Amino acid sequence: MTAVVPSPSDVVAEVQEGGSRYDRLIQPARVHGTLYTDPSIFAEELRKIWHRTWVFVGHESEVPQVNDYVRKQLADQDVVMTRDKEGEVHLLINRCAHRGLQVCDDKAGNSSSFRCPYHGWTYRNTGELLGYPYNKGYGGKKQLPLGMGKVARVASYQGFVFGSLAEEGPSLEEHLGAAKGEIDRLVGLSPEGKVSLDAGWLRHKTRSNWKFLAENETDGYHPQFVHGSIFGVTGSPIGELYSDNSTAVTRNLGDGHSENDLRPEFRGFAEPMRWFGTTPDRVPHYVAAMKEAHGDAADRVMIEGAPHVMIFPNLFIAEIQVFNIQPVAVGECVQYSTAVQFDGGHELNMRMVSQSIGSVGPAGMLLADDTEMYERNQRGVAMADPEWLDVRRGLHRESVDENGFTIGTATDETGMRGFWNHYKSLMEAED
Amino acid sequence: MSVMTQQQGDAALPPRPDNGAELLEVPDGWEAREVEQFLYREARLADENDYDGWEALWTDDAIYWVPVDGEGDHPRTTVSIIFDNRSRISTRMKQVKTGKRYAQAPPSNLRRIIGNVEFIGGRANAEGGVDLEISANVLAFESRPRGNTLWGGRTTYRLRRVDGQIRLAYKKVVLVDNEQAVPTLGFLI
Repeated sequence: MTAVVPSPSDVVAEVQEGGSRYDRLIQPARVHGTLYTDPSIFAEELRKIWHRTWVFVGHESEVPQVNDYVRKQLADQDVVMTRDKEGEVHLLINRCAHRGLQVCDDKAGNSSSFRCPYHGWTYRNTGELLGYPYNKGYGGKKQLPLGMGKVARVASYQGFVFGSLAEEGPSLEEHLGAAKGEIDRLVGLSPEGKVSLDAGWLRHKTRSNWKFLAENETDGYHPQFVHGSIFGVTGSPIGELYSDNSTAVTRNLGDGHSENDLRPEFRGFAEPMRWFGTTPDRVPHYVAAMKEAHGDAADRVMIEGAPHVMIFPNLFIAEIQVFNIQPVAVGECVQYSTAVQFDGGHELNMRMVSQSIGSVGPAGMLLADDTEMYERNQRGVAMADPEWLDVRRGLHRESVDENGFTIGTATDETGMRGFWNHYKSLMEAED
Repeated sequence: MSVMTQQQGDAALPPRPDNGAELLEVPDGWEAREVEQFLYREARLADENDYDGWEALWTDDAIYWVPVDGEGDHPRTTVSIIFDNRSRISTRMKQVKTGKRYAQAPPSNLRRIIGNVEFIGGRANAEGGVDLEISANVLAFESRPRGNTLWGGRTTYRLRRVDGQIRLAYKKVVLVDNEQAVPTLGFLI
């Protein structure tokens, strides 16, 4: 491709007369600060994104047994993820059909039914109303066509459970699109082809708009700066993956999803388990199980490693950690994070727990610094001038890969631009 | 704890660090006043971000643990806010001393109160001795540009005499609100 550096006046177009509100706020090379601070935009996001598109909620491994349940969050909705007696996973909205109380108080447990503490209405773990006390007041048993609310559509991919509050829309597989391959890549690192998210969740309260997180997750420009302190003292080679010389690419996967594809770097080294910062002799049981499962392909899988992918709007897979981002208010969100566990992963699983504790969560040696940036960013964009955030980095040197995806270098803002394209299309849709 | 992990005989799970060893009688030779003075000193070094002074309090087999969900599940198989051994404490201190650990640069302004100190018992240590186990309540007031945060919790400590000096072998902080989302915890709780 020809690399012509566009002048600011070309890419930072003047406000378009007659365009939609979001044409004015979201331009190819810049986005407006009010997108992060305006409560009316946040309210519109809840309606048009969080209550409509597929949102990551949890993982099937969190409710492994029949009648297991666990409380989860879907944006502003308190939901109960249950597994019924047939093994099917449901997302119930935690609200009694009678007076609107929260029906389920416990954070997790095993029960085939839930009983509201207020007047004793009981519900099956599918949401169906089972009964209510003193039923003559309703003309007898089974007279009421009521039940707990349900997340309209529930679907899972490789055990990752997503919910959509909209009755209709693209299927989960359509929504995931090319990001499916990244989840597959993660799962492929399990000798049994399966991951579990059963190592608990850290909950990190973040005084920032959720979009700063979504944009940062595949921003390869920041690691050397924000994380230089930990890379320096541990001698970590991660920083080099995001240097100006890196062969890694930032890929817009479409549908708002993006990744930092580090495989070009790891293929160059051709060392199995380098992606994890270790060598095969230190994780011999895992390596043996992978060779047993994958034969000659095992080395390639262990060389290429795990994905670093942001799946719109709230699932971030950072190699061995999974993040679930949930908005609370225009300036607040919660990051839930956990360590990936590979079924049949042997000694690698405890190492992944240990590395995750060191890296993520409120005291994590990586994520606490990212979160400091999110919070300073939120305070910064409340300032009046210059109004815009610049997202042009690498625009002039983007190219299209062999699969038709737009890619930039390791440090380019290609992922952010993909995020904003998709965001804009959702926000411009009818209410 | 994950069933899957339990089945992995190749990576035997060590006992839980909090209650995996039997609770023994309070060992002899400890005075309440010197113990309290040690706790206050540890608290002051943390409040004043005296990283070298604070790090020097620890034994080589140190464990510094801040779980989630009450007392927490096994820290080798479930995530914790902090689960540091001596080496990771050292890494944490090296990071913050770069001045570019932004979650703590600038450092938090802090003051904490330690109270309700109780002698709990003794725990056999790997050196063949018995550590003194005590617990105390902590209330810490933190001020940062993001706002002020009040942190509260119950701390369990294990103390050991090494070359005549009191050393900290174990510290577990069970935050009162550890079942909720908590903000960045960049300082030494």
